[in-house]
Amino acid sequence: MIAELGQFALILALIVAFIQFALPMAGSLTKQHAWQYLGRPTAWLQCALVATAYACLLTGFLSDDFSITYVADHSNHLLPTPYKFAAVWGGHEGSLMLWVLFLAIWTSLVAYFSKSLPIGIISRVLSVLGFISVGFLLFILFTSNPFLRSLPAPLDGHDLNPLLQDPGLVIHPPMLYMGYVGMSVAFAFAIAALITGRLDSAWSRWSRPWTVIAWSFLTLGIGLGSWWAYYELGWGGWWFWDPVENASLMPWLVSTALIHSLMVTEKRGGFKAWTVLLAIAAFSLSLLGTFLVRSGVLTSVHAFASDPTRGVFVLCFLAVVVGSSLTLFAWRAPQVTLGGSMGLLSRETFLLLNSVLLSVATAAVLLGTLYPLVIDALNLGKLSVGPPYFNLVFAPLMVPLLFILIPGTVAKWRSASLPDMVNHLKWIAIFSVVLGACLPFLLGEWSIGAFIGWTLGLWVGLGTLQHIFERALKPGRIGGSFWGMQFAHLGLAIVVMGVTGVKSFEVEKDVKMSVGDEVTIAPYVFKLNDITEVTGPNYKAFQAQIDVVKSGEIIEQLKPEKRRYLSSAMPMTEAAISTNLWRDLYVSLGDPLPGDLHQWSMRVYYKPFVPWLWVGVLIMVLGGVLAAFDRRYRRVSSSGPLQTAAQAVSSLNAQAPSLKDQFFSDQVGNSAHNLSTVQDQNPDITSEHNSSLNENSSPNLNSSGAH
Amino acid sequence: MKKFLIPLVLFGVLVLFLAVGLKRDPHEIPSPLINKAAPDFSLQTLTGTAPFSPQDLKGKVWMLNVWATWCVSCREEHPVLVAFSKQIGVPIVGLSYKEIQPQDDPEKKLSTEALLKLARSRGSVWLERHGNPYTLSVMDLDGRVGIDYGVYGVPETYIIDKNGVIRYKQIGPVTPQTLSETIIPIIKGLENS
Repeated sequence: MIAELGQFALILALIVAFIQFALPMAGSLTKQHAWQYLGRPTAWLQCALVATAYACLLTGFLSDDFSITYVADHSNHLLPTPYKFAAVWGGHEGSLMLWVLFLAIWTSLVAYFSKSLPIGIISRVLSVLGFISVGFLLFILFTSNPFLRSLPAPLDGHDLNPLLQDPGLVIHPPMLYMGYVGMSVAFAFAIAALITGRLDSAWSRWSRPWTVIAWSFLTLGIGLGSWWAYYELGWGGWWFWDPVENASLMPWLVSTALIHSLMVTEKRGGFKAWTVLLAIAAFSLSLLGTFLVRSGVLTSVHAFASDPTRGVFVLCFLAVVVGSSLTLFAWRAPQVTLGGSMGLLSRETFLLLNSVLLSVATAAVLLGTLYPLVIDALNLGKLSVGPPYFNLVFAPLMVPLLFILIPGTVAKWRSASLPDMVNHLKWIAIFSVVLGACLPFLLGEWSIGAFIGWTLGLWVGLGTLQHIFERALKPGRIGGSFWGMQFAHLGLAIVVMGVTGVKSFEVEKDVKMSVGDEVTIAPYVFKLNDITEVTGPNYKAFQAQIDVVKSGEIIEQLKPEKRRYLSSAMPMTEAAISTNLWRDLYVSLGDPLPGDLHQWSMRVYYKPFVPWLWVGVLIMVLGGVLAAFDRRYRRVSSSGPLQTAAQAVSSLNAQAPSLKDQFFSDQVGNSAHNLSTVQDQNPDITSEHNSSLNENSSPNLNSSGAH
Repeated sequence: MKKFLIPLVLFGVLVLFLAVGLKRDPHEIPSPLINKAAPDFSLQTLTGTAPFSPQDLKGKVWMLNVWATWCVSCREEHPVLVAFSKQIGVPIVGLSYKEIQPQDDPEKKLSTEALLKLARSRGSVWLERHGNPYTLSVMDLDGRVGIDYGVYGVPETYIIDKNGVIRYKQIGPVTPQTLSETIIPIIKGLENS
């Protein structure tokens, strides 16, 4: 009964989503106000229906209803309850349900927090989101229905894939999906703006917080996935350049470029066409990621589901959504006005370079990911593209990106002075290079890679700290977006240092050990004390007890396991990790050697700086959250769209203080530049004024930013 | 205007490749042994007759099918092979691959003879139950011959021509479709040459 209820709710959701797509859009094109106002209630109703369907599926899992095929395939009565929650998205059908649920939640949030937006814009945004929802609901109902029954019901389920029975993986997919789906909001805003023909700074201001939140989820999702792979797969690696990992990295790179590009569009009215293209690209790559994972066109360790009919559906949907948005783009973008003038050396230049480098990096990753498919499609043979390619092309692109980060945060808008910047940054530059050259000696062996990595990490980290320090000395409230930017950059610096540290100085030993044997990775000695059999709730395991001894003292006991899950007989390696701020000691238990039950193969790693990766990612996420909740987004939206010129003028006064905030929060407040502060501020206010007027008076693309 | 069409064009090309890619199986791996001489071996047979070597079938087109009783896909493939063996006259040699798995003998107590005996009895029972498409079956207990042939997963099927050259390799179960579309035409071509 519950499954049928869920399916019924899903069908109703499809109908409501279709109304949410069709009527507000038709209304906005034919100026039917009543139709436009249907956007919000349908969004909420759709969300309630999808949530009902999801709850039905969850109930199926919690009540061990194995007559539902999907439940039988992904659960088991022995599965611990928390994993039953996670098992809902443990397979193809359920992960799509999660996708649609998140889309509905995002849509409802947009509907709720956009009360002040012009109805013309919001009805189009909700309509675009409704269209995406229609596509995915159709996909679920026609190719991947999780509510199908198989009767007679099996007595017990197949159990959740043991690889997925892990706390890290309970939260990794939801975070990643929140990020993927969140990109649809920036996309919907971009499409709405393209249809309206108004690509102005107001549009970019509305999009920014949504994009930043989605980016934060995506960052967290990728970080969790990497962390999970690191401790769960038992091969000590944290990034494999697997097609599915790349599928999540590409939207991340593009959305990072988008966040920076949106800033130029908001502040200076520049890069408009480019920003829109990035918004389309970020969501398209999220869809492409879904396609790659769900269609099985590429071989991947994430081989959850591969079914060509599903692939055809996603591909058609991808073609319709992305094809039509790019057509709209090709039609509308030529009418976009250029932004304010920019000097050769200015913050705009650095942000443009940032966009270019991130886009090229995305293209390189896309090429590497799809190359095997292209070669195969051209009948040129089968091949795979491995980490060497990605490392070779990715690292050289990240080096200049990290280098320009600091000048980019220091440079002034429009035109910066090179001597000023050199003067400003010379000490941290010298310090980074000197320390970057010395650190590899202290930590192990000197290599050019370690030198470049440490120098860049220190450069970004110290430059950011200098920026924070200078700002703190100045009066005035520091806005959330200032902290957001600094934390994100600081997190990045920590990740860079972590990557460099582990890549340059890790030690791996592949050994065979019997009870009583020792293996040494100076200064640590790993002593195998015993191997015993232990029993878990739904598995049995061999567990090794290993003492880690440093200068004669036991500092840690590690207990790696080799598990056999009862339902699938699948062996699983549970690595044991001892961690502190500076290093991980990582032991994974292999197999007993043939011919002798008492000898086991064992992998022992010394992995310096690995925890920095996770800490850095968390700091980046914190940065994103701080930036998204900056007061000025709320204030601007509460001051609202301007209906008349008179209101525009009155709200201008209301916005003036917030513009001042903006200025202080994004610019290095160097006392020598205080004079230009006042000068810079005025044209911005004027442009704000212009754009506000344009929003209602002129339907064309002529908008703010030009002075 | 034209430059704004670039993303659309690039995307069109991408979709084209994805569409073609959908029809391909990324797991299909071409064997480097195609058009190379089939590696030689001499192995005990299932029934205990004289050891078999590929040399014995020189001058004939024949098939080598890798199987095991523990292999689930083999059970799926088996009826197809049985029907096929009755329909066409080429010899099908079965390669019983690693019949005894480590968990069957965890303490490594059994001697080589005992292992061979166990494998033979298991294999015979299985063929009796499911039908025997093989002219004869050889016992590759330690999987060495499998390594020579680049066995990637069980089942696998090789077509070897009159000169002892591997002409085709199928990874995974043989289906009626692959039989009629690929395997039979190849065999006919080779027999007529």
